[in-house]
Amino acid sequence: MYLNANNISFSYRKNKPILKNISISIPDNKVIGLMGDSGSGKSTLCKVISGYLNNYTGTITIDNELIDKTGYCPAQLIFQHPEKTMNPKWKMHKVLSESWNPPQELKDTFGLKEGWMNRWPSELSGGELQRFSILRALNPNTKFIIADEISTMLDTVTQVQIWDSLIDYCKKNKIGILAVSHDKELLEVIADNIVLFNDINKL
Amino acid sequence: MSKLLEIEKLSISFSQYFKGLEQRELKVLSDLTMDVDDHEILAVLGSSGSGKSLLAHAILGILPSNAKVSGSIRYKGKEMDDELKEELRGNKISFIPQSVNNLNPLMKVKEQAIGYIKDEKDKEKIIKKQREIFNQYNLSEEVDEMYPFQLSGGMARKVLISTALLNDPEIIIADEPTPGLDEEAVKETINNLVELKEKGIGMILITHDINTAIETSDRIAILYLGYVIEITDTKNFSGEGEKLLHPYTRSLYRALPETYFELTEGHQPSYQNIPKGCPYHENCSRQIRECHYELPELREVNGTIIRCFNPLGEGD
Ligand SMILES: Nc1ncnc2c1ncn2[C@@H]1O[C@H](COP(=O)(O)OP(=O)(O)OP(=O)(O)O)[C@@H](O)[C@H]1O
Ligand SMILES: Nc1ncnc2c1ncn2[C@@H]1O[C@H](COP(=O)(O)OP(=O)(O)O)[C@@H](O)[C@H]1O
Ligand code: SF4
Ligand SMILES: [Mg+2]
Ligand SMILES: [Mg+2]
Repeated sequence: MYLNANNISFSYRKNKPILKNISISIPDNKVIGLMGDSGSGKSTLCKVISGYLNNYTGTITIDNELIDKTGYCPAQLIFQHPEKTMNPKWKMHKVLSESWNPPQELKDTFGLKEGWMNRWPSELSGGELQRFSILRALNPNTKFIIADEISTMLDTVTQVQIWDSLIDYCKKNKIGILAVSHDKELLEVIADNIVLFNDINKL
Repeated sequence: MSKLLEIEKLSISFSQYFKGLEQRELKVLSDLTMDVDDHEILAVLGSSGSGKSLLAHAILGILPSNAKVSGSIRYKGKEMDDELKEELRGNKISFIPQSVNNLNPLMKVKEQAIGYIKDEKDKEKIIKKQREIFNQYNLSEEVDEMYPFQLSGGMARKVLISTALLNDPEIIIADEPTPGLDEEAVKETINNLVELKEKGIGMILITHDINTAIETSDRIAILYLGYVIEITDTKNFSGEGEKLLHPYTRSLYRALPETYFELTEGHQPSYQNIPKGCPYHENCSRQIRECHYELPELREVNGTIIRCFNPLGEGD
Protein backbone atom coordinates (compact mmCIF):
# COMPACT_ATOMS: atom_id res chain seq x y z
CA MET A 1 0.00 0.00 0.00
CA TYR A 2 1.19 3.53 -0.80
CA LEU A 3 0.20 7.00 0.25
CA ASN A 4 0.79 9.32 -2.69
CA ALA A 5 0.71 13.08 -2.55
CA ASN A 6 0.63 14.29 -6.15
CA ASN A 7 1.38 17.80 -7.35
CA ILE A 8 0.44 19.47 -4.11
CA SER A 9 0.41 23.26 -4.08
CA PHE A 10 -0.64 25.41 -1.18
CA SER A 11 -0.44 28.97 0.10
CA TYR A 12 -1.70 30.66 3.25
CA ARG A 13 -1.97 34.00 1.49
CA LYS A 14 -2.51 34.94 -2.13
CA ASN A 15 0.65 35.26 -4.23
CA LYS A 16 2.78 33.69 -1.51
CA PRO A 17 3.06 30.03 -2.38
CA ILE A 18 4.56 27.80 0.31
CA LEU A 19 4.23 24.44 -1.43
CA LYS A 20 4.51 24.08 -5.18
CA ASN A 21 3.90 20.91 -7.18
CA ILE A 22 5.15 18.64 -4.45
CA SER A 23 4.93 14.92 -4.99
CA ILE A 24 5.95 12.37 -2.41
CA SER A 25 5.22 8.71 -1.96
CA ILE A 26 5.17 6.80 1.31
CA PRO A 27 5.07 3.00 1.27
CA ASP A 28 3.36 1.24 4.18
CA ASN A 29 6.47 -0.71 5.11
CA LYS A 30 9.04 2.07 5.16
CA VAL A 31 10.22 5.10 7.06
CA ILE A 32 10.72 8.07 4.75
CA GLY A 33 12.85 10.83 6.26
CA LEU A 34 12.21 14.46 5.29
CA MET A 35 14.73 17.25 5.91
CA GLY A 36 14.69 20.96 5.16
CA ASP A 37 15.25 24.49 6.48
CA SER A 38 13.00 25.89 9.18
CA GLY A 39 10.11 27.84 7.77
CA SER A 40 10.37 26.14 4.39
CA GLY A 41 7.00 24.40 4.62
CA LYS A 42 7.56 20.90 5.98
CA SER A 43 4.94 21.22 8.67
CA THR A 44 2.56 22.72 6.14
CA LEU A 45 3.02 19.67 3.91
CA CYS A 46 2.45 17.41 6.92
CA LYS A 47 -0.79 19.24 7.71
CA VAL A 48 -1.99 18.94 4.14
CA ILE A 49 -1.30 15.21 4.01
CA SER A 50 -3.06 14.56 7.29
CA GLY A 51 -6.15 16.60 6.49
CA TYR A 52 -5.63 19.70 8.64
CA LEU A 53 -5.47 22.07 5.68
CA ASN A 54 -7.97 21.70 2.88
CA ASN A 55 -7.61 24.45 0.30
CA TYR A 56 -4.71 22.89 -1.57
CA THR A 57 -4.51 21.75 -5.15
CA GLY A 58 -3.31 18.30 -6.15
CA THR A 59 -4.43 14.94 -4.83
CA ILE A 60 -3.70 12.68 -1.93
CA THR A 61 -4.42 9.02 -2.48
CA ILE A 62 -3.98 5.77 -0.64
CA ASP A 63 -3.68 2.90 -3.10
CA ASN A 64 -4.89 5.23 -5.84
CA GLU A 65 -8.07 6.13 -4.01
CA LEU A 66 -8.65 9.67 -2.81
CA ILE A 67 -8.71 10.00 0.97
CA ASP A 68 -12.23 10.53 2.24
CA LYS A 69 -12.04 14.01 3.77
CA THR A 70 -15.09 13.52 5.95
CA GLY A 71 -14.01 10.48 7.94
CA TYR A 72 -11.12 9.58 10.23
CA CYS A 73 -7.92 10.49 8.43
CA PRO A 74 -5.82 7.37 7.89
CA ALA A 75 -2.70 9.57 7.85
CA GLN A 76 -2.30 10.74 11.44
CA LEU A 77 -0.14 13.70 12.33
CA ILE A 78 2.04 13.81 15.42
CA PHE A 79 3.07 17.41 16.00
CA GLN A 80 6.33 18.95 17.03
CA HIS A 81 4.60 20.73 19.92
CA PRO A 82 2.26 18.34 21.72
CA GLU A 83 1.03 21.06 24.06
CA LYS A 84 -0.58 22.79 21.10
CA THR A 85 -2.70 19.79 20.16
CA MET A 86 -4.38 19.14 23.49
CA ASN A 87 -7.43 20.77 24.92
CA PRO A 88 -6.13 22.39 28.13
CA LYS A 89 -9.53 21.80 29.74
CA TRP A 90 -9.38 18.04 29.26
CA LYS A 91 -7.59 15.68 31.57
CA MET A 92 -5.19 13.27 29.94
CA HIS A 93 -7.47 10.22 30.05
CA LYS A 94 -9.97 12.15 27.98
CA VAL A 95 -7.30 13.43 25.60
CA LEU A 96 -6.32 9.82 24.92
CA SER A 97 -9.69 8.06 24.95
CA GLU A 98 -11.10 10.59 22.50
CA SER A 99 -9.05 8.66 19.94
CA TRP A 100 -9.03 5.14 21.38
CA ASN A 101 -8.18 3.04 24.41
CA PRO A 102 -4.81 1.47 23.75
CA PRO A 103 -4.04 -1.87 25.43
CA GLN A 104 -1.98 -1.74 28.63
CA GLU A 105 0.92 -3.44 26.91
CA LEU A 106 1.23 -0.61 24.41
CA LYS A 107 1.04 1.99 27.18
CA ASP A 108 3.89 0.20 28.92
CA THR A 109 5.96 0.05 25.74
CA PHE A 110 5.75 3.82 25.41
CA GLY A 111 6.24 4.42 29.12
CA LEU A 112 2.84 5.97 29.72
CA LYS A 113 2.14 6.06 33.46
CA GLU A 114 -1.30 5.45 34.97
CA GLY A 115 -0.69 8.33 37.39
CA TRP A 116 -0.60 10.81 34.50
CA MET A 117 -4.14 10.04 33.35
CA ASN A 118 -5.78 12.25 35.94
CA ARG A 119 -3.67 15.32 35.24
CA TRP A 120 -4.16 18.37 33.06
CA PRO A 121 -1.83 18.82 30.10
CA SER A 122 -0.12 21.73 31.89
CA GLU A 123 0.93 19.34 34.65
CA LEU A 124 3.07 17.13 32.43
CA SER A 125 6.50 17.73 30.94
CA GLY A 126 7.01 18.15 27.19
CA GLY A 127 8.37 14.64 26.78
CA GLU A 128 5.53 13.10 28.77
CA LEU A 129 2.94 14.86 26.63
CA GLN A 130 4.61 13.65 23.46
CA ARG A 131 4.11 10.02 24.50
CA PHE A 132 0.39 10.70 24.70
CA SER A 133 0.28 12.16 21.23
CA ILE A 134 2.17 9.19 19.82
CA LEU A 135 -0.13 6.67 21.43
CA ARG A 136 -3.19 8.68 20.48
CA ALA A 137 -2.13 8.51 16.84
CA LEU A 138 -1.72 4.73 16.83
CA ASN A 139 -5.49 4.23 16.64
CA PRO A 140 -6.25 0.98 14.71
CA ASN A 141 -7.65 2.99 11.78
CA THR A 142 -4.31 4.68 11.19
CA LYS A 143 -2.44 3.58 8.07
CA PHE A 144 0.30 6.21 8.00
CA ILE A 145 2.07 8.21 10.67
CA ILE A 146 3.21 11.71 9.80
CA ALA A 147 5.82 12.45 12.46
CA ASP A 148 6.74 16.15 12.48
CA GLU A 149 9.85 16.47 14.65
CA ILE A 150 8.40 14.27 17.31
CA SER A 151 11.53 13.47 19.28
CA THR A 152 13.31 16.81 19.57
CA MET A 153 11.91 17.35 23.06
CA LEU A 154 13.01 13.93 24.31
CA ASP A 155 16.22 12.90 25.99
CA THR A 156 18.42 10.69 23.84
CA VAL A 157 17.64 7.50 25.77
CA THR A 158 13.90 8.05 25.36
CA GLN A 159 14.42 9.05 21.74
CA VAL A 160 15.94 5.66 20.95
CA GLN A 161 13.17 3.87 22.87
CA ILE A 162 10.36 5.78 21.17
CA TRP A 163 11.70 5.28 17.65
CA ASP A 164 12.51 1.66 18.36
CA SER A 165 8.96 0.98 19.61
CA LEU A 166 7.24 3.11 17.00
CA ILE A 167 9.07 1.59 14.06
CA ASP A 168 8.60 -1.91 15.46
CA TYR A 169 4.85 -1.31 15.92
CA CYS A 170 4.47 0.24 12.49
CA LYS A 171 6.39 -2.48 10.65
CA LYS A 172 4.26 -5.15 12.34
CA ASN A 173 1.03 -3.34 11.58
CA LYS A 174 1.96 -2.19 8.08
CA ILE A 175 1.91 1.49 8.91
CA GLY A 176 4.13 3.75 6.82
CA ILE A 177 6.01 6.63 8.45
CA LEU A 178 7.00 10.07 7.20
CA ALA A 179 9.61 11.34 9.64
CA VAL A 180 10.46 15.05 9.55
CA SER A 181 13.60 16.08 11.40
CA HIS A 182 16.51 18.51 11.28
CA ASP A 183 18.73 15.87 12.75
CA LYS A 184 20.53 14.32 9.82
CA GLU A 185 22.26 11.71 11.97
CA LEU A 186 18.93 10.64 13.43
CA LEU A 187 17.32 10.25 10.01
CA GLU A 188 20.32 8.28 8.84
CA VAL A 189 19.70 5.66 11.51
CA ILE A 190 15.87 5.51 11.46
CA ALA A 191 14.88 6.17 7.84
CA ASP A 192 14.97 3.85 4.85
CA ASN A 193 15.19 6.83 2.47
CA ILE A 194 15.85 10.50 3.05
CA VAL A 195 14.13 13.14 0.93
CA LEU A 196 15.33 16.76 0.88
CA PHE A 197 12.40 19.16 1.03
CA ASN A 198 14.01 21.67 -1.30
CA ASP A 199 14.35 18.99 -3.96
CA ILE A 200 10.63 18.22 -4.03
CA ASN A 201 9.30 21.76 -3.54
CA LYS A 202 9.29 23.27 -7.06
CA LEU A 203 9.16 26.92 -5.96
CA MET B 1 35.21 34.35 37.95
CA SER B 2 32.66 34.64 40.69
CA LYS B 3 29.50 32.82 41.58
CA LEU B 4 26.47 34.38 39.95
CA LEU B 5 23.93 31.83 40.98
CA GLU B 6 24.11 29.23 43.73
CA ILE B 7 21.41 26.68 44.25
CA GLU B 8 21.53 24.62 47.40
CA LYS B 9 19.35 21.69 48.38
CA LEU B 10 16.45 22.93 46.32
CA SER B 11 13.39 20.71 46.58
CA ILE B 12 10.01 21.14 44.93
CA SER B 13 6.86 19.18 45.58
CA PHE B 14 3.22 19.25 44.55
CA SER B 15 0.23 18.00 46.47
CA GLN B 16 -1.91 15.88 44.26
CA TYR B 17 -5.22 14.26 44.90
CA PHE B 18 -4.83 10.59 44.22
CA LYS B 19 -7.92 8.61 43.18
CA GLY B 20 -9.96 11.67 44.11
CA LEU B 21 -9.55 11.42 47.88
CA GLU B 22 -6.15 10.71 49.22
CA GLN B 23 -3.75 13.63 49.09
CA ARG B 24 -0.15 12.83 48.27
CA GLU B 25 3.05 14.76 47.99
CA LEU B 26 4.85 14.44 44.68
CA LYS B 27 8.47 15.39 45.19
CA VAL B 28 9.64 16.38 41.73
CA LEU B 29 12.99 17.95 42.62
CA SER B 30 15.12 16.60 45.48
CA ASP B 31 18.03 18.37 47.18
CA LEU B 32 19.34 19.91 44.01
CA THR B 33 22.70 21.64 44.43
CA MET B 34 24.56 23.39 41.61
CA ASP B 35 26.09 26.76 40.78
CA VAL B 36 26.98 28.95 37.82
CA ASP B 37 29.84 31.41 37.47
CA ASP B 38 30.01 34.41 35.21
CA HIS B 39 31.63 33.56 31.88
CA GLU B 40 30.22 30.08 32.23
CA ILE B 41 27.59 27.88 30.66
CA LEU B 42 26.28 25.06 32.78
CA ALA B 43 24.30 22.67 30.62
CA VAL B 44 21.57 20.63 32.27
CA LEU B 45 20.64 17.34 30.65
CA GLY B 46 18.24 14.76 31.95
CA SER B 47 15.48 12.33 31.27
CA SER B 48 12.26 13.95 30.19
CA GLY B 49 10.25 14.72 33.28
CA SER B 50 13.34 14.87 35.48
CA GLY B 51 12.55 18.38 36.72
CA LYS B 52 14.59 20.60 34.40
CA SER B 53 11.84 23.06 33.50
CA LEU B 54 10.68 23.23 37.11
CA LEU B 55 14.24 24.11 38.12
CA ALA B 56 14.13 26.99 35.62
CA HIS B 57 10.72 28.10 36.88
CA ALA B 58 11.94 28.00 40.48
CA ILE B 59 14.88 30.30 39.72
CA LEU B 60 12.58 32.73 37.98
CA GLY B 61 9.88 32.55 40.63
CA ILE B 62 7.16 31.44 38.24
CA LEU B 63 6.18 28.06 39.70
CA PRO B 64 2.45 27.35 39.96
CA SER B 65 0.99 28.38 43.29
CA ASN B 66 0.42 24.82 44.51
CA ALA B 67 4.17 24.08 44.38
CA LYS B 68 6.04 23.78 47.69
CA VAL B 69 9.64 24.91 47.58
CA SER B 70 12.48 24.50 50.07
CA GLY B 71 16.22 25.12 49.94
CA SER B 72 18.11 28.16 48.83
CA ILE B 73 18.81 30.08 45.63
CA ARG B 74 21.33 32.92 45.83
CA TYR B 75 22.07 35.62 43.30
CA LYS B 76 25.57 37.05 43.83
CA GLY B 77 25.52 35.77 47.38
CA LYS B 78 22.11 37.25 48.15
CA GLU B 79 19.20 35.00 49.04
CA MET B 80 16.49 35.31 46.39
CA ASP B 81 13.08 35.85 47.95
CA ASP B 82 9.97 36.28 45.81
CA GLU B 83 10.47 40.00 45.66
CA LEU B 84 14.03 39.80 44.40
CA LYS B 85 13.06 37.12 41.88
CA GLU B 86 10.41 39.37 40.45
CA GLU B 87 12.79 42.29 40.30
CA LEU B 88 15.44 40.30 38.42
CA ARG B 89 13.11 38.44 36.11
CA GLY B 90 13.22 39.79 32.58
CA ASN B 91 16.04 42.19 33.53
CA LYS B 92 19.17 40.74 35.10
CA ILE B 93 17.84 37.23 34.64
CA SER B 94 16.40 36.42 31.25
CA PHE B 95 14.39 33.37 30.34
CA ILE B 96 14.08 31.45 27.10
CA PRO B 97 11.04 29.22 27.74
CA GLN B 98 10.59 25.68 26.42
CA SER B 99 6.98 26.00 25.38
CA VAL B 100 6.10 28.14 22.38
CA ASN B 101 2.78 28.64 24.17
CA ASN B 102 4.66 31.30 26.12
CA LEU B 103 4.11 33.64 23.21
CA ASN B 104 0.98 35.70 23.68
CA PRO B 105 -1.35 34.60 20.87
CA LEU B 106 -3.09 37.98 20.69
CA MET B 107 -0.05 40.18 20.38
CA LYS B 108 2.11 40.86 17.35
CA VAL B 109 5.62 39.52 17.53
CA LYS B 110 7.41 42.85 17.71
CA GLU B 111 5.17 44.25 20.43
CA GLN B 112 5.76 41.32 22.70
CA ALA B 113 9.49 41.23 22.02
CA ILE B 114 10.06 44.81 23.15
CA GLY B 115 7.53 44.63 25.96
CA TYR B 116 5.98 47.62 27.67
CA ILE B 117 8.21 50.70 27.63
CA LYS B 118 7.25 53.98 29.23
CA ASP B 119 9.90 56.29 27.86
CA GLU B 120 9.64 57.16 24.14
CA LYS B 121 13.41 57.65 23.89
CA ASP B 122 14.12 54.21 25.34
CA LYS B 123 11.55 52.79 23.00
CA GLU B 124 13.41 53.91 19.90
CA LYS B 125 16.62 52.39 21.19
CA ILE B 126 14.96 49.08 22.02
CA ILE B 127 13.22 48.91 18.67
CA LYS B 128 16.52 49.46 16.91
CA LYS B 129 18.14 46.75 18.96
CA GLN B 130 15.22 44.42 18.42
CA ARG B 131 15.62 44.80 14.64
CA GLU B 132 19.35 44.10 14.90
CA ILE B 133 18.86 40.94 16.89
CA PHE B 134 15.98 39.77 14.69
CA ASN B 135 18.16 40.36 11.62
CA GLN B 136 20.85 38.17 13.12
CA TYR B 137 18.30 35.40 13.24
CA ASN B 138 16.95 36.06 9.76
CA LEU B 139 13.62 37.25 11.08
CA SER B 140 12.50 39.77 8.48
CA GLU B 141 10.48 42.93 9.12
CA GLU B 142 7.46 41.04 7.91
CA VAL B 143 7.76 38.84 10.98
CA ASP B 144 7.45 41.89 13.29
CA GLU B 145 3.84 42.24 12.27
CA MET B 146 2.92 38.55 12.51
CA TYR B 147 0.89 36.86 15.20
CA PRO B 148 2.35 33.73 16.80
CA PHE B 149 0.07 31.32 14.90
CA GLN B 150 1.65 32.49 11.64
CA LEU B 151 5.13 31.42 12.69
CA SER B 152 6.70 28.07 11.95
CA GLY B 153 8.04 26.17 14.98
CA GLY B 154 11.60 27.22 14.25
CA MET B 155 10.63 30.85 13.79
CA ALA B 156 8.73 30.91 17.10
CA ARG B 157 11.82 29.51 18.77
CA LYS B 158 13.98 32.26 17.23
CA VAL B 159 11.55 34.92 18.45
CA LEU B 160 11.81 33.56 22.00
CA ILE B 161 15.62 33.62 21.88
CA SER B 162 15.85 37.13 20.43
CA THR B 163 13.40 38.46 22.99
CA ALA B 164 15.52 37.13 25.84
CA LEU B 165 18.58 38.98 24.54
CA LEU B 166 16.96 42.40 24.46
CA ASN B 167 17.50 43.48 28.05
CA ASP B 168 21.25 42.89 28.51
CA PRO B 169 20.85 40.14 31.09
CA GLU B 170 23.61 38.88 33.42
CA ILE B 171 22.11 35.45 33.70
CA ILE B 172 20.20 33.53 31.06
CA ILE B 173 18.09 30.50 31.80
CA ALA B 174 17.48 28.80 28.48
CA ASP B 175 15.00 25.92 28.45
CA GLU B 176 15.51 24.00 25.21
CA PRO B 177 16.43 26.81 22.84
CA THR B 178 17.27 24.66 19.82
CA PRO B 179 14.59 22.07 18.97
CA GLY B 180 12.96 22.71 15.63
CA LEU B 181 15.80 24.87 14.39
CA ASP B 182 17.59 23.86 11.22
CA GLU B 183 21.32 23.25 11.18
CA GLU B 184 22.10 26.83 10.18
CA ALA B 185 20.01 28.32 12.97
CA VAL B 186 21.46 25.92 15.53
CA LYS B 187 24.95 27.06 14.53
CA GLU B 188 23.85 30.67 14.82
CA THR B 189 22.44 29.97 18.27
CA ILE B 190 25.60 28.20 19.37
CA ASN B 191 27.74 31.14 18.25
CA ASN B 192 25.40 33.49 20.05
CA LEU B 193 25.50 31.55 23.29
CA VAL B 194 29.28 31.36 23.23
CA GLU B 195 29.52 35.07 22.46
CA LEU B 196 27.25 35.87 25.40
CA LYS B 197 29.40 33.75 27.65
CA GLU B 198 32.53 35.55 26.49
CA LYS B 199 30.85 38.84 27.37
CA GLY B 200 30.52 37.55 30.92
CA ILE B 201 27.03 36.14 31.07
CA GLY B 202 26.41 33.06 33.18
CA MET B 203 23.95 30.63 31.71
CA ILE B 204 21.95 27.58 32.62
CA LEU B 205 21.31 25.79 29.35
CA ILE B 206 18.63 23.15 29.70
CA THR B 207 18.65 20.92 26.69
CA HIS B 208 18.25 17.48 25.19
CA ASP B 209 20.54 18.53 22.39
CA ILE B 210 23.79 17.04 23.64
CA ASN B 211 25.75 18.37 20.67
CA THR B 212 24.80 21.95 21.47
CA ALA B 213 25.70 21.32 25.12
CA ILE B 214 29.09 19.96 24.05
CA GLU B 215 29.81 22.92 21.82
CA THR B 216 28.83 25.62 24.27
CA SER B 217 29.06 24.55 27.88
CA ASP B 218 31.86 24.25 30.41
CA ARG B 219 30.20 21.75 32.70
CA ILE B 220 27.24 19.45 32.30
CA ALA B 221 24.83 18.50 35.07
CA ILE B 222 22.61 15.46 34.59
CA LEU B 223 19.22 15.04 36.27
CA TYR B 224 17.20 11.90 36.81
CA LEU B 225 13.89 11.69 38.63
CA GLY B 226 14.49 15.03 40.33
CA TYR B 227 18.02 14.21 41.50
CA VAL B 228 21.34 15.54 40.28
CA ILE B 229 23.21 12.35 39.47
CA GLU B 230 26.39 13.76 37.93
CA ILE B 231 28.13 17.10 37.28
CA THR B 232 31.03 16.63 34.95
CA ASP B 233 33.42 18.57 32.71
CA THR B 234 31.96 18.97 29.25
CA LYS B 235 35.13 17.55 27.72
CA ASN B 236 34.21 14.17 29.23
CA PHE B 237 31.38 13.93 26.71
CA SER B 238 33.66 12.58 24.02
CA GLY B 239 35.07 9.42 22.51
CA GLU B 240 33.24 6.34 23.72
CA GLY B 241 32.04 8.20 26.80
CA GLU B 242 34.63 6.35 28.89
CA LYS B 243 35.15 9.34 31.21
CA LEU B 244 31.45 9.50 32.13
CA LEU B 245 31.02 7.82 35.47
CA HIS B 246 27.28 7.44 36.07
CA PRO B 247 25.58 4.59 34.18
CA TYR B 248 22.66 6.81 33.13
CA THR B 249 24.96 9.56 31.85
CA ARG B 250 26.81 7.06 29.75
CA SER B 251 23.53 5.70 28.35
CA LEU B 252 22.53 9.23 27.34
CA TYR B 253 25.78 9.69 25.49
CA ARG B 254 25.72 6.30 23.82
CA ALA B 255 22.12 6.83 22.68
CA LEU B 256 23.20 9.68 20.40
CA PRO B 257 22.66 8.81 16.74
CA GLU B 258 26.25 9.97 16.17
CA THR B 259 27.64 7.43 18.62
CA TYR B 260 25.77 4.13 18.95
CA PHE B 261 22.02 4.91 19.02
CA GLU B 262 22.17 2.33 21.79
CA LEU B 263 18.90 1.16 23.31
CA THR B 264 18.65 1.19 27.11
CA GLU B 265 15.53 -0.53 28.42
CA GLY B 266 13.38 0.85 31.21
CA HIS B 267 11.58 4.14 31.84
CA GLN B 268 12.03 6.70 34.56
CA PRO B 269 9.83 5.53 37.47
CA SER B 270 6.81 7.50 38.55
CA TYR B 271 7.11 10.29 41.13
CA GLN B 272 4.18 8.68 42.90
CA ASN B 273 6.51 5.94 44.05
CA ILE B 274 10.08 7.11 43.93
CA PRO B 275 12.07 3.93 44.63
CA LYS B 276 13.94 3.59 47.90
CA GLY B 277 17.69 3.76 47.47
CA CYS B 278 19.26 5.00 44.25
CA PRO B 279 16.69 6.64 41.96
CA TYR B 280 18.18 4.77 38.98
CA HIS B 281 18.49 1.28 40.46
CA GLU B 282 15.45 -0.23 38.72
CA ASN B 283 17.13 0.32 35.37
CA CYS B 284 20.77 0.00 36.34
CA SER B 285 22.95 -2.86 35.23
CA ARG B 286 25.60 -2.07 37.85
CA GLN B 287 23.45 -2.13 40.94
CA ILE B 288 24.89 -3.62 44.11
CA ARG B 289 23.22 -4.39 47.44
CA GLU B 290 23.16 -0.92 48.96
CA CYS B 291 21.66 0.62 45.81
CA HIS B 292 18.32 -0.83 46.96
CA TYR B 293 18.34 0.62 50.48
CA GLU B 294 20.36 3.76 50.55
CA LEU B 295 20.35 6.98 48.60
CA PRO B 296 23.91 7.60 47.40
CA GLU B 297 25.15 11.05 48.47
CA LEU B 298 26.76 13.43 45.99
CA ARG B 299 30.51 12.98 46.18
CA GLU B 300 33.59 13.82 44.17
CA VAL B 301 35.43 11.21 42.11
CA ASN B 302 38.31 12.37 39.89
CA GLY B 303 36.96 15.91 39.69
CA THR B 304 33.46 14.75 38.78
CA ILE B 305 30.56 15.12 41.18
CA ILE B 306 28.53 11.97 41.21
CA ARG B 307 25.67 10.25 43.04
CA CYS B 308 26.46 6.55 42.67
CA PHE B 309 27.82 3.69 44.79
CA ASN B 310 29.40 1.81 41.93
CA PRO B 311 30.49 4.26 39.24
CA LEU B 312 31.83 3.11 35.92
CA GLY B 313 35.56 3.18 35.25
CA GLU B 314 37.39 3.98 32.04
CA GLY B 315 37.66 0.31 31.15
CA ASP B 316 33.91 -0.40 31.46
N1 LIG C 1 1.91 21.58 37.99
C1 LIG C 1 2.35 20.33 38.19
N2 LIG C 1 1.70 19.48 39.00
C2 LIG C 1 2.15 18.21 39.20
N3 LIG C 1 3.25 17.70 38.61
C3 LIG C 1 3.95 18.49 37.78
C4 LIG C 1 3.54 19.84 37.50
N4 LIG C 1 4.40 20.39 36.62
C5 LIG C 1 5.30 19.42 36.35
N5 LIG C 1 5.04 18.28 37.03
C6 LIG C 1 5.80 17.02 36.99
O1 LIG C 1 7.11 17.26 37.43
C7 LIG C 1 8.05 16.48 36.70
C8 LIG C 1 9.15 17.39 36.13
O2 LIG C 1 8.59 18.25 35.14
P1 LIG C 1 9.47 19.21 34.24
O3 LIG C 1 8.54 19.96 33.35
O4 LIG C 1 10.39 20.00 35.07
O5 LIG C 1 10.30 18.14 33.39
P2 LIG C 1 11.50 18.38 32.37
O6 LIG C 1 12.72 17.78 32.99
O7 LIG C 1 11.56 19.80 31.96
O8 LIG C 1 11.06 17.42 31.18
P3 LIG C 1 11.13 17.63 29.56
O9 LIG C 1 12.53 17.32 29.22
O10 LIG C 1 10.21 16.56 29.08
O11 LIG C 1 10.69 19.01 29.27
C9 LIG C 1 7.25 15.75 35.62
O12 LIG C 1 7.07 14.41 35.98
C10 LIG C 1 5.93 16.48 35.58
O13 LIG C 1 4.89 15.58 35.24
N1 LIG D 1 -1.32 29.86 9.77
C1 LIG D 1 -0.40 30.45 9.00
N2 LIG D 1 -0.69 31.61 8.37
C2 LIG D 1 0.23 32.22 7.59
N3 LIG D 1 1.47 31.75 7.37
C3 LIG D 1 1.83 30.60 7.97
C4 LIG D 1 0.92 29.89 8.81
N4 LIG D 1 1.55 28.77 9.29
C5 LIG D 1 2.80 28.78 8.73
N5 LIG D 1 2.97 29.88 7.95
C6 LIG D 1 4.18 30.22 7.17
O1 LIG D 1 4.44 29.16 6.26
C7 LIG D 1 5.85 28.95 6.14
C8 LIG D 1 6.17 27.46 6.34
O2 LIG D 1 5.89 27.10 7.67
P1 LIG D 1 6.06 25.62 8.20
O3 LIG D 1 5.34 24.69 7.28
O4 LIG D 1 5.64 25.59 9.63
O5 LIG D 1 7.64 25.42 8.04
P2 LIG D 1 8.63 24.25 8.58
O6 LIG D 1 7.78 23.18 9.19
O7 LIG D 1 9.34 23.77 7.35
O8 LIG D 1 9.54 24.89 9.54
C9 LIG D 1 6.52 29.90 7.13
O9 LIG D 1 7.01 30.99 6.39
C10 LIG D 1 5.41 30.35 8.05
O10 LIG D 1 5.59 31.69 8.47
S1 SF4 E 1 24.06 3.80 42.87
FE1 SF4 E 1 23.87 1.71 42.20
S2 SF4 E 1 21.91 1.63 41.11
FE2 SF4 E 1 22.50 3.76 41.32
S3 SF4 E 1 23.52 4.23 39.42
FE3 SF4 E 1 25.09 3.67 40.89
S4 SF4 E 1 25.38 1.48 40.61
FE4 SF4 E 1 23.49 2.01 39.58
MG1 LIG F 1 7.88 22.63 11.31
MG1 LIG G 1 10.97 20.77 30.20
